Amino acid sequence: MGAALENAIPFAVTHELIRQRFQNLNMVAPISDISTDMLIGAGCVKTVTGAWVGNVSGGMGHNYRRAAEKGIPNTITINDYSNFSIGMAFFAGAYGLPYIPVKSILGSDITKSNSSIKMATNPFSDEHEPVALVPALKPDIAFLVVQRSDRFGNSHIWGSTGLTQEASIAAEKIIVLADEIVEPEVIASDPGRVLIPGFGVNAVCHVPAACHPSPLIGRWKRDNDFFHDYHKETRDRAGFENWCDQWIRHLPDHEAYRTKLGDRLETLRIIGDAPSAPANYAAE
Amino acid sequence: MIIAAAREINDYERIFVGMRLPITAYGVARLTHAPNAVGLFESGVSRYEPAKDMLYTMCDGPNQLGAAWTTGLIQIMGLLSGGRVHAGFIGGAEIDRYGNINTSYIGDFDNPDVKLPGSGGAPDIASMAERLIIIMNHEKRRLVEKVDYITSPGFLGGGNERKMAGLSGGGPAVVITDRAILRPYGPKNELHLAAYHPNHTVQEILKNTGWDLKSIPDVHETASPTKIELEALHQIDKDGFWRN
Repeated sequence: MGAALENAIPFAVTHELIRQRFQNLNMVAPISDISTDMLIGAGCVKTVTGAWVGNVSGGMGHNYRRAAEKGIPNTITINDYSNFSIGMAFFAGAYGLPYIPVKSILGSDITKSNSSIKMATNPFSDEHEPVALVPALKPDIAFLVVQRSDRFGNSHIWGSTGLTQEASIAAEKIIVLADEIVEPEVIASDPGRVLIPGFGVNAVCHVPAACHPSPLIGRWKRDNDFFHDYHKETRDRAGFENWCDQWIRHLPDHEAYRTKLGDRLETLRIIGDAPSAPANYAAE
Repeated sequence: MIIAAAREINDYERIFVGMRLPITAYGVARLTHAPNAVGLFESGVSRYEPAKDMLYTMCDGPNQLGAAWTTGLIQIMGLLSGGRVHAGFIGGAEIDRYGNINTSYIGDFDNPDVKLPGSGGAPDIASMAERLIIIMNHEKRRLVEKVDYITSPGFLGGGNERKMAGLSGGGPAVVITDRAILRPYGPKNELHLAAYHPNHTVQEILKNTGWDLKSIPDVHETASPTKIELEALHQIDKDGFWRN
């Protein structure tokens, strides 16, 4: 979860995983802002596979620290990657490559702390040219937030996409959370804006503002105060438990969450207009 | 500090911009002496003009509106990996005398004393940009003799160790702190004091550095911020969020 980095994070899924008390999850993402931190605090996570876990605008993730330093609420295993190397791992996973050579983590202790990464030399070079071999990453499920989708899984995504394409195609299953459900003709009018193969999508859910508090381009602004408040309130364990009860556990579903946010959510709705120039696909 | 960092960007350069202070410095550079610099953000954004509103993350709406290119991470970081990026800009939690940066673990990585957030795209930028610009606060506990964990490689153990590890170029060109400017100097590529900011002294800087910091022969005071630079900074960082 969080393939696009700081936007379009499927927080609605984060909340539901916590409500349903999932455990022993391996959370895979380059950076998923406070989503992974929440899941760790709620006892859902056994393994973290990624490049960064924390509170992007706030600082450290308190739950991540408590788990990694003290084993609270449980110990976690960390599979270290850099953004580019985890991207290439998804790329390998998406396109059937067993592993992929990268140079961008040479010299980094990531090659030491992540035992799945192997060192080798370029077999095509006469000189001794080190490369790091990163095995393919294939998540079980990829959850994506998209601006709009038809009910068959064909979706439009715009803005920066991070590792959305590679991580989804590498995943065994794809679940799409659409801010808006549209008719198939809308998606078919611009196949260039389709990022992931609709025929590979297992389920489409209509969840407005599933991304809150992260932004969704053209739809929802980032709720910066929410991240700031989370940072403050989860500084200690009791604070997190209280926060989690208030915002997740005591709410039955995402609709209740949106109701609780109320006007606050409305102020984050993007109402401006900055449409792109139309692209004419006519064939004659 | 942000202004000193902005001065390190040359016009027309393609700059990889990391989170927090680097984004602010790029914005100041574009508004002052580097109006044609190109900003690259690892989430998959390339921009000419800085975003019109303050950014909390590189994925925020204002960073995408009017962007030169929005794409994926592999495409944008592929420019870096392909040797097409002049400079990379990153912050550091801990740095040592050879410019190696730690943002992952203080203590043993199997059982850390402090778990820092992790690498993000910093190792990629540190290894593959033509040069690295580092920006961080100057405290003795952050400028250490030797980092516990090398997240982002500088010159490793010094000398040609970086080359031996397979990184053909790049490396830290400058470290900008809130007290000073450090640059690698000499055959070992060890960070030396190059400039001290106004109202700071060499003594104070040595006291706040965790290794025996040497100075370059012509160490001098950093030039004060100009009116134009200060105006640019206020324009980019309207609420003073990143300056505080």
